[in-house]
Amino acid sequence: MCTYLTEKIGISGSAKGASGWFTVTDASVYFDHPVHAPYGHTLNIDFLAPEQGPSARVAVELSAESARALAKAIGAVLDSAPPGLE
Amino acid sequence: MYDAILAESIMITGHGGDSIEAYSARPMQPGPFGGVVVIHHMPGYDEQTKEIARTFAVHGYNAVVPNLYWREAPGASPDDAAAVARAAGGVPDERLVGDVAGAVAYLKGLSSSNGKVGTIGYCSGGRQSFLAAVSLPLDAAVDCYGAFVVGTPPEGMPLKVGPLVDKTPDLSCPLLGLFGAEDKYPSPEHVAELEAALKAAGKTYEFHTYEGAGHAFFSVNRPAYRPEAAMDGWQKIFAFYGKYLAA
Repeated sequence: MCTYLTEKIGISGSAKGASGWFTVTDASVYFDHPVHAPYGHTLNIDFLAPEQGPSARVAVELSAESARALAKAIGAVLDSAPPGLE
Repeated sequence: MYDAILAESIMITGHGGDSIEAYSARPMQPGPFGGVVVIHHMPGYDEQTKEIARTFAVHGYNAVVPNLYWREAPGASPDDAAAVARAAGGVPDERLVGDVAGAVAYLKGLSSSNGKVGTIGYCSGGRQSFLAAVSLPLDAAVDCYGAFVVGTPPEGMPLKVGPLVDKTPDLSCPLLGLFGAEDKYPSPEHVAELEAALKAAGKTYEFHTYEGAGHAFFSVNRPAYRPEAAMDGWQKIFAFYGKYLAA
């Protein structure tokens, strides 16, 4: 099915796409059909710069299991970083 | 036998008089040929959908695929365009009907047209094929596993569509439905509800549900592909269009 289930957040940072690095301002997180990954549904993240058009996008498609592992790893790394660095 | 086809990107007039991109595939013979509007799936106006249009042309139909995401992302790659469109909640129903009407007008305007046009759609396009057939005068429609013809999206899903089953009495043409028994949207119960509505309205329809197949079993580049269901499905489609579009 096409879930359309989406979380949109504002972000601050950079991503490297087909034409090099660019500043990203938005991210979409959704669980839906992948374009490329060999699964029926994947956890997809788009890092976006909408002002630069639809092609300013860095996309990942992860199995549900690997997406949960990634989320856990991100939390763990941030939690263990020395105070004052954020 | 002469079997050349011409396949090319063109511009057609869609909803609201907007000029939108489309992919046209047609036999290079005088005709007369029936026409097919191919409505792409949610992942977009992609290579595999264009291949479907070429397959119709090889089999003696003029086919056109309107790029439903052209307005959001002109010239973008299909996956980037689909990402923009899905983030916006999908294509508005009114706009879809206008774009399909434009595609129908394009097909009927071809010198090789026999004046008959049908639709076919996959995934979200399956629902949109049904939507077009209850909104426009058509000669045949094919719904391949369209979700939310019956039923509503679960709570919390920002998909901006409602059920269409109440519009079944407005169906303007025979309907072919191809479904997977393992699909959840539409589930076999959804398909049964649509069938009951078609019966109650006295409509001509033909439904086939394939065991061992789920959603998107026609998608040749995805793990959901089920060759047996897809090959039989193609035969059903050509028999159906042969009866209602080619004659």
